[in-house]
Amino acid sequence: MAEPKGVMIYGETVDGKLSSITTEILGCGRKLADNLQEEVICVIIGNELGESPKKAIAYGADKVFTVDAPLFKDYQTDSCVPAMDKLMKDISPRIVLFGQTAIGRDLAPRLAFRLGVSLSMDCLELNINPNGKLLEQTKPVYGGNARAVYTSETMPQMATVRQKAMSPLEPDESRKGEIIPSKVEIDPSQIRTKLLETVKEQVAGIKLEDATVVVSGGRGIGGPDGFKQLEELAKMLKGAAGASRPPCDNKWVTDTVQVGLTGKIVTPEVYIAVAISGASQHLAGCSGSKNIIAINKDPEANIFKEARFGVVGDWKQVMPAFTQRVKELLAG
Amino acid sequence: MNMIVCCKQVLDPEAPPASFKIDPASNKVVPPPNVPPVISPFDENAVEAALKIKDKQGGKITIISMGNNLTRDVVKKPLSMGADELVLLEDPAFEGGDSWSNAYALAMAIKKIGQFDLIFCGRQAADWDSGQVGSGIAEILGIPNVTLAKKVEVADGKARVERVLSDGYQVIEVTLPALITVSNELGEPRYATLKGIMAAAKKQPTVWKPSDISVEPSQIGAAGRKTKLMKLFQPVREGKCEIVEADSPAEAGTKLANRLREAKLI
Ligand SMILES: Cc1cc2nc3c(=O)[nH]c(=O)nc-3n(C[C@H](O)[C@H](O)[C@H](O)COP(=O)(O)OP(=O)(O)OC[C@H]3O[C@@H](n4cnc5c(N)ncnc54)[C@H](O)[C@@H]3O)c2cc1C
Ligand SMILES: Nc1ncnc2c1ncn2[C@@H]1O[C@H](COP(=O)(O)O)[C@@H](O)[C@H]1O
Repeated sequence: MAEPKGVMIYGETVDGKLSSITTEILGCGRKLADNLQEEVICVIIGNELGESPKKAIAYGADKVFTVDAPLFKDYQTDSCVPAMDKLMKDISPRIVLFGQTAIGRDLAPRLAFRLGVSLSMDCLELNINPNGKLLEQTKPVYGGNARAVYTSETMPQMATVRQKAMSPLEPDESRKGEIIPSKVEIDPSQIRTKLLETVKEQVAGIKLEDATVVVSGGRGIGGPDGFKQLEELAKMLKGAAGASRPPCDNKWVTDTVQVGLTGKIVTPEVYIAVAISGASQHLAGCSGSKNIIAINKDPEANIFKEARFGVVGDWKQVMPAFTQRVKELLAG
Repeated sequence: MNMIVCCKQVLDPEAPPASFKIDPASNKVVPPPNVPPVISPFDENAVEAALKIKDKQGGKITIISMGNNLTRDVVKKPLSMGADELVLLEDPAFEGGDSWSNAYALAMAIKKIGQFDLIFCGRQAADWDSGQVGSGIAEILGIPNVTLAKKVEVADGKARVERVLSDGYQVIEVTLPALITVSNELGEPRYATLKGIMAAAKKQPTVWKPSDISVEPSQIGAAGRKTKLMKLFQPVREGKCEIVEADSPAEAGTKLANRLREAKLI
């Protein structure tokens, strides 16, 4: 086999568009590749890829391998793992990056075990070690209480990257690159799973991940009614409402608004945490916010260690006055 | 229905953040004093997934926990919830592994158990948050896997799994035998019953050493790692919070809004 070379990016598309995490890891891959003086190779597997291969070049890829066939319309472990296995053997990259998404989380570990190489999941930082050229993979461990830096000598070096941990490059439509349509034959009888249905939850208003203001409530809110107040405030601020895990577990709010290690990662300008203690697993999802505002009756609550502004008090008394004043200020 | 659930003993992830300490010399976490270890929370969800199937159609649930000096009261908890057997892979050689060496040892133990229709793992262990061992075991055993389950039902030799997405879920059917990793959306694990606790107290776990599962010590634990831990550290928090004070909580709310406007945040 040839000496491993290049940084390979697993590209994800949504309705024929490159997903935002893919633009982020292309940006990161570009930096790593420039450092190594090697190429960025994006691989897009799916059906009806639209403009996405061209966009991948605009966002930093030198080459884009596409596999476009109806069999790959929906991601399935048993179709995508062998496809990636084959492409990786053909391309022989040094580094392979995935997004830490529903797909990346499933695909990357199974693939790593098929290839016999190691993998770090959910990385926040990736650097090339100056001596030895190995990829240093920094990821949160112990629920966000600590960070670990890993390296591995097995090739390729694989990592998944947390959403919003890296910035995309400014897209440059004039960048030159090569699009290489590829074929992968998969025996459909090898696919042991069947996707019966995809159920999308419709959220009214702004998506949590995209909001510039997030108002989140915790266990101290005590029930679904309190969340109505937080939602009202979020709407007023043109933001979205979130929650820590207990309100989701208790069904006060829907599961998909959970912020944290195992929920959504949000990085708004303003994150208002109401009656949330600030457990490391929650902070894992919101510590990238520019400004955290905490309202909690316990002056010792950990959330105040992360916050820029805080009020110590019962939210039931603080929030109505706060919301009222916000309303007045916004009205001008 | 023969089911196996992999349950890892970990330091309590919900211990107060202030009690979390690292020993930089050894790159290890210092266990907080007086906080007992627990079964990794997602693994308890995985036990619950297996119990729900057992409730409906019967079956046998075998728990596997791997480590060294495992606390009996902790690793027996799944038995007190309703699981049937407990296998411990317990030896210093099993310690300090990464996803590779852990998945390998667990897969070899599962091969030795032999009969299984469904294997459950947690989506990720609450210590290293690695999230790979389930997929790894499935690959080693050559069986399909479905990750991030929030509901699992079995009918006609197949499992129907609801898999969590960031904006909803998928319904996936998978042939058996299969491995499924479970997420907290599956629902709270049940409490141990008094009867369960008494039965668990009487039950002797089966303890296997590396030679019992035909693995070389060089393939497992710290010796079998493919990743090298270069550094373990606690991220520094800036920790400068301006507390807005006032005579009443309501007044503090009003002042906070004013302060945010001054800081051009709203
Ligand atoms: C493996 C793992 C993964 C996890 N993933 C996540 C995750 O993704 N997201 C997540 O959020 N959690 C997650 N958790 C759970 C996490 O550890 C905490 O248990 C959880 O975040 C606590 O939520 P909370 O702050 O709302 O509740 P609590 O910790 O119970 O805090 C409630 C807070 O409300 C305050 N309060 C109560 N009443 C009032 C009042 N009237 N006025 C003002 N303040 C009040 C209290 O002072 C307290 O600080 C995970 C845990 C584990 C083990
Ligand atoms: N030492 C262990 N003993 C039992 N199960 C384990 C062990 N390590 C990992 N697992 C299982 O694999 C899952 C994922 O672990 P990880 O890939 O390490 O995050 C856990 O939730 C457990 O179900």
